[in-house]
Amino acid sequence: MKLGIQINEGPYNHEASVTALNYCKAAIEAGHEIFRIFFYHDGVNNGTRYSTPPQDDINIANSWSALAKEHALDLVVCVAAAQRRGIVDEGEQERNGKDGNNIADGFRISGLGQLIEAGIESDRLIVFGD
Amino acid sequence: MATKKFMYVNRKAPYGTIYAWESLEVILIGAAFEQDVSLAFVDDGVYQIAKGQDTTELGIKNFSPTYSALGDFEVNKIFVEKESLDARGLTIDDLMPLKWEDEDEDWAEKDSIKVISSEEMKALLDDSDVLLNF
Repeated sequence: MKLGIQINEGPYNHEASVTALNYCKAAIEAGHEIFRIFFYHDGVNNGTRYSTPPQDDINIANSWSALAKEHALDLVVCVAAAQRRGIVDEGEQERNGKDGNNIADGFRISGLGQLIEAGIESDRLIVFGD
Repeated sequence: MATKKFMYVNRKAPYGTIYAWESLEVILIGAAFEQDVSLAFVDDGVYQIAKGQDTTELGIKNFSPTYSALGDFEVNKIFVEKESLDARGLTIDDLMPLKWEDEDEDWAEKDSIKVISSEEMKALLDDSDVLLNF
């Protein structure tokens, strides 16, 4: 089955991201295809490489990056939500005159159309969050 | 591209969290994709389309006028759960009169909002292809 994933909550504050991470791993293992993972609302905070949790805690951003690399996943951070919350890639840095960027490996910033497209193209859209 | 039945389920109060406002942003962008779009307002979500919203003292943006533009984006199937209204002492008269113009009937103005029971809401959700919960 082709799956679209939407993640609406920030890492650490809410369990939704880790549940989604585990869900994605299990889905891939079971032979399903993940069309796209779309990060929305505070979910965009999954995509900062500046997150530094204590060493005995899971590094959620790195876990997404590793999973994306291993399985060539499309991790998309919503641009409007990202701009509000300070998630920046090189393009956004230049466009908005910021002094740096913080997007984690394997993530890209794009528009909400990517979420709608995931709804259209996937057999199921699974939403994680409250 | 295939046409699917998109259902946006709005469950939260308009202010206090950003879910309602960012849901509306998805709806507006999604309207450009020529899908079959419906909106549901349940639980505290019914307050999103309540009349007379004033956020002056909150110091944040009052985005409620944007709902009135939905008709222009051909988003005109708006379902409000009766039980959610009843539980909050609201009726349809407490909601903004959201309208759309029917091109096939000489641009006659029609109501977009339909109040339905939770049983009917259940059937509608069952019948949708893509559920976006906010």
